[in-house]
Amino acid sequence: MSERATRRTIILVPYLWLALFFLVPFAIVAKMSLSQVATAIPPYVPVFGLADGPAGWFAKARELSLDNYGVIVGDRLYVDAFLASLRIAAIGTAILLVIGYPIAHAMARAPERWRPILVMAVILPFWTSFLIRVYAWIGILKPEGLLNELLLGLGLIGTPLQIANTETAVLIGVVYSYLPFMVLPLYATLERMDRTLLEAAQDLGCPPWKAFWRITLPLSLPGIVAGCFLCFIPITGEVVIPDLLGGSDTLMIGKTLWTEFFSNRDWPVASAVAVLLLVILVGPIMVYQRQQARQMEAGR
Amino acid sequence: MEPPERPARGAFAPWDEPAAQPLVVFDGVTKRFGAETAVSDLTLAVYEREFFALLGPSGCGKSTLMRMLAGFETPSAGRVLLAGQDLAGLPPHVRPVNMMFQSYALFPHMSVEKNIAFGLEMDGRPRDEVGARVAEALRMVKLEGLAGRRPHQLSGGQRQRVALARALVKRPKLLLLDEPLGALDRKLREETQFELMALQERLGLTFIIVTHDQDEAMTMATRIAVMDKGRLAQVGTPPVIYEAPATRHVAGFIGEINLVEGTVSGCDGRRVTVATAVGDLTVADAVDSVAVGQMVAVAWRPEKTRIVRGGEAISNGRAVISGTVHDIGYLGGRTTYHVDVSGLRLKAAVANAARSIERPLGTGEAVKLAVAPDALLLLVR
Repeated sequence: MSERATRRTIILVPYLWLALFFLVPFAIVAKMSLSQVATAIPPYVPVFGLADGPAGWFAKARELSLDNYGVIVGDRLYVDAFLASLRIAAIGTAILLVIGYPIAHAMARAPERWRPILVMAVILPFWTSFLIRVYAWIGILKPEGLLNELLLGLGLIGTPLQIANTETAVLIGVVYSYLPFMVLPLYATLERMDRTLLEAAQDLGCPPWKAFWRITLPLSLPGIVAGCFLCFIPITGEVVIPDLLGGSDTLMIGKTLWTEFFSNRDWPVASAVAVLLLVILVGPIMVYQRQQARQMEAGR
Repeated sequence: MEPPERPARGAFAPWDEPAAQPLVVFDGVTKRFGAETAVSDLTLAVYEREFFALLGPSGCGKSTLMRMLAGFETPSAGRVLLAGQDLAGLPPHVRPVNMMFQSYALFPHMSVEKNIAFGLEMDGRPRDEVGARVAEALRMVKLEGLAGRRPHQLSGGQRQRVALARALVKRPKLLLLDEPLGALDRKLREETQFELMALQERLGLTFIIVTHDQDEAMTMATRIAVMDKGRLAQVGTPPVIYEAPATRHVAGFIGEINLVEGTVSGCDGRRVTVATAVGDLTVADAVDSVAVGQMVAVAWRPEKTRIVRGGEAISNGRAVISGTVHDIGYLGGRTTYHVDVSGLRLKAAVANAARSIERPLGTGEAVKLAVAPDALLLLVR
């Protein structure tokens, strides 16, 4: 095999992987989203079979339609779920940035021998199951939970706060769960920053707080972008946190999808929701990818 | 001994005038980092319009001294004064001092123009003034066409000039330069040395430069402070440092030198005779007073040595040392001979004044080295 052919084969492997485990499943989902729900196994029509032959396939292809998308767009429930997801993701990401930035900044400024331990501390929660950690928040937030017990005990409140099963609980869960995804990319950029730049700024008459806005913040922008997208994208499609902490009031699209698929057994509508979610998130994902690529190029 | 004058700087010697007020004073300054002492009880005065060099090997405390002046380090003891004002408690951003960093520390997210304008903007200067002064600074460092570039789009030499312009644009009373030419290649470094000198003289500013490069210090400085382990080994004009080094360390650090240990055998006023492994050497004008029997060193510069064939006669009054040529370094402008004399290797440098392709002396040849008594130095410390 020539070197060129070898190189092509090597490049081909990830593409094959993508085709097999992303493109093919996506095509199946996309096709399903154009089908109609039916009481059958699988629960939709048409089902293409090898025995149909070209003529059969053509006939069945004519049964496919965009009706499910019409249903979703026309139904306030779905639209609201999409909007709520985007809103919760945006608010959650904003809170994460405000909490995560000072943490990352402090970590990057800590003495060098402390830094690995601090990074360890940020990653530590991953050692326990995500599900268990979210469950733990129910114990903290429920009316007779730890938080209310504490506040009641301290006499700060008279009646228990209703936090569980609200959007606030979802935000708390989201912020708690995604904090490492915000802190780590921020820490990576801040830690890499040349400290003498701040000295130079001060030397030129810039007080430290101003040096933060003029030097540190703009130079950490790649970390901010990375952290925000790493949080925003998965939060939008989050299922477990709204299901466990949000109760029935909080409608997020991930949960809606779950309900359509498993409770209503309406696979075509669920598929259409999944396709729409992907379409909505493709924009931010592409912005994120471009930013990462540009950073790689600029990385000297 | 009177310090020989630098022709270029003429009569500029405020350090010799008792009435002159120094611009910068380090008064008994000590700086400790944990158990380590970086600067030890150091006292030093630098005068206005000086081009002052802090010279020493890495870790000698020269950078710490500069960082205390800029405000990035606080002295553990002693005072640092600028124009008579104690700088204690003044944070870096209010000190009328600017620094050019060794790494240049250019802001990577700002254009050349924005980098230079930064200090003026911080002072709240009006927009027109900032624009005019930035343009002037760009002209000064010959970077007019590159105002819109980002630092990573510039060459090393261009970055160096941006850093210089950024540090100079505020017209500080005092400019600190931390190894400003360290990252440049040799040819560019030499050119830049003369540019810096011209600039300093034209603007009438005071420069303090930190360097480990003795040639750089010798070329540019009005005075040099040679530092060793947190202390000042000697402060003086480049000719004083070179021709009258105070200690073995200074003598060895600046330029090449022959150094022979010995015992004082005779003492007649400033005329001191020392018994050494290469014979008796008589120093004509010893600065330090010594006693017979004291351990001292006699030193002399290779270029102040005459070298002749073993058989040739040498005029009277010179110390004569016989040896054999070990090897010869031909450098074009001069030739360096390494001569073995009773277990020591001495150096002699001869200027190649005449145009000749033949070598006058060969390896292994018996030679005589001759040094005039007034070229010999007596080093006690």
